[in-house]
Amino acid sequence: MTEFDLAEAPIRELNSRLHKLPPDTNERAWRIVNPRGAHSIAVGLTLPIEVRIEGHVGYYCAGMNKEATVVIDGQCGWGLAENIMSGTVRVTGNASQGVAATGRGGLVVVEGDAGARCGVSMKGVDIVVAGSIGHMSAFMAQRGRLVVCCDAGDDLGDSIYEAVIYVGGKTGRLGADCIEKEMTAEHVADLRAPLERAGIEADPTKFRRFGSARKLYHFNVDHADSY
Amino acid sequence: MCGIVGLFVKNPDQRASLGANLSRMLVGMTDRGPDSAGIAVYHDPSEAGWCKLTLFHPDETYAWRAMAGELAAALEEETDVSLKANHAVLAAEAEEGAVRAWLTAHHPEVRIMGYGTLMEVYKDKGKPASVVDKYGIAAMGGTHGIGHTRMATESAVTTEHSHPFTAASDMCLVHNGSLSNHNRLRLWLQRRGQVFESDNDTEVAARYFAHRLGEGASLREAMEAGLKDLDGFYTFAMGTRDGFAVLRDGIACKPAVLAETDDWVAMASEYRSLAGLPGVEDAKVWEPEPTVVYSWSLN
Repeated sequence: MTEFDLAEAPIRELNSRLHKLPPDTNERAWRIVNPRGAHSIAVGLTLPIEVRIEGHVGYYCAGMNKEATVVIDGQCGWGLAENIMSGTVRVTGNASQGVAATGRGGLVVVEGDAGARCGVSMKGVDIVVAGSIGHMSAFMAQRGRLVVCCDAGDDLGDSIYEAVIYVGGKTGRLGADCIEKEMTAEHVADLRAPLERAGIEADPTKFRRFGSARKLYHFNVDHADSY
Repeated sequence: MCGIVGLFVKNPDQRASLGANLSRMLVGMTDRGPDSAGIAVYHDPSEAGWCKLTLFHPDETYAWRAMAGELAAALEEETDVSLKANHAVLAAEAEEGAVRAWLTAHHPEVRIMGYGTLMEVYKDKGKPASVVDKYGIAAMGGTHGIGHTRMATESAVTTEHSHPFTAASDMCLVHNGSLSNHNRLRLWLQRRGQVFESDNDTEVAARYFAHRLGEGASLREAMEAGLKDLDGFYTFAMGTRDGFAVLRDGIACKPAVLAETDDWVAMASEYRSLAGLPGVEDAKVWEPEPTVVYSWSLN
């Protein structure tokens, strides 16, 4: 276990050390203490290492993550795991806005609530939120699964493409071109997988599914007034 | 971009350290606002029949004592003045409106930063650390306070354009964001008797809330009315004589985090500003929801 104390050394030193690790590194387990809300902790990781951050973090934690497993034992600011490529990012508390924005792969788990714009423009990442999410979540979401065990705020899935949203609780007003769809056995199985990977206990048969009505895909001159 | 902070101390035993904690919070927001900083502290209540005003003049050698003497003679009441760099806290055994009217008529060169019986307001150019040092904020006790660090994007870096903005007795507002309907709202408020001192959009919001409070609204009611009438992006923190409130607009693109313990409640643009507060490790920490008024009262 390699320990790094952010009260003793700056964030750039930490990220620089993590970036310089060779592929065959023996430093595969890291413990980071005293984050004190600092931004950009453990961004741009590219190796299958495990990083545990003990305390609350600021913006963009674990951004662009590839292969690594990052666990934040605390609360988290804006842009958690932004543009995640692969690997797993988990926060034990709440996360603020823009969780896994533009994420292309991997898994992001929020054990508390997530704020607004969760999964905005997601492109393949799986996001599992044990609590509720804020407004404008999954805006222009293209691919991947957004799983919300409790409630979703207003304008869910506005202008959504082919991402799939599963909601266990209530939804507010749905966004443009987002509709509720049938939840078949195939979808229950599709939902079970990310819940199990996330280690979140929830009954997949109790969820509702939302996705694109596909009415905004192409310009239609007859609908010119509604654009 | 700006940083805002607010601290409301619930436990009377912790009120002595209000200024120290508020200073730490403000310095924690330096990256969001290195140009200028301002702070309002609710402390040191005036004696019955007295009021106090925080005044500013850019010249540190301004003849404050002579001015206070003139005022005492004019109103035939006692006055007292204490100096802090280019600010002065003027106490007078008089009605605060009369003091303000006399100052405006006889010393228009002096800017009134705040007035009431509790609140003192200090604002200056420079990094937050130098501003809190200059005015000795860390040594101040009190019940609550709010602060602002400014990174100017639209108007000049001056003391006048710095927050907090005061628009009523013991009331002040800090704002992260921008309002889009402030010109029309300014006219609307001017027709209802509000007098403006700057072209700043936050001053419009401050006078809007003062107008609502003046109509008899509670702090919560005034802020809820603002949700309908203020168009734009905002996270607000507002202080009144006995209250503290936080509000975000419906889009909520300006950040805010709240933390609460049995002893205090604190608000900041980012968590790192709160990281040094005593007991924050065990505090309830959450992001205030859009369009929800969060308020606390001493009563």
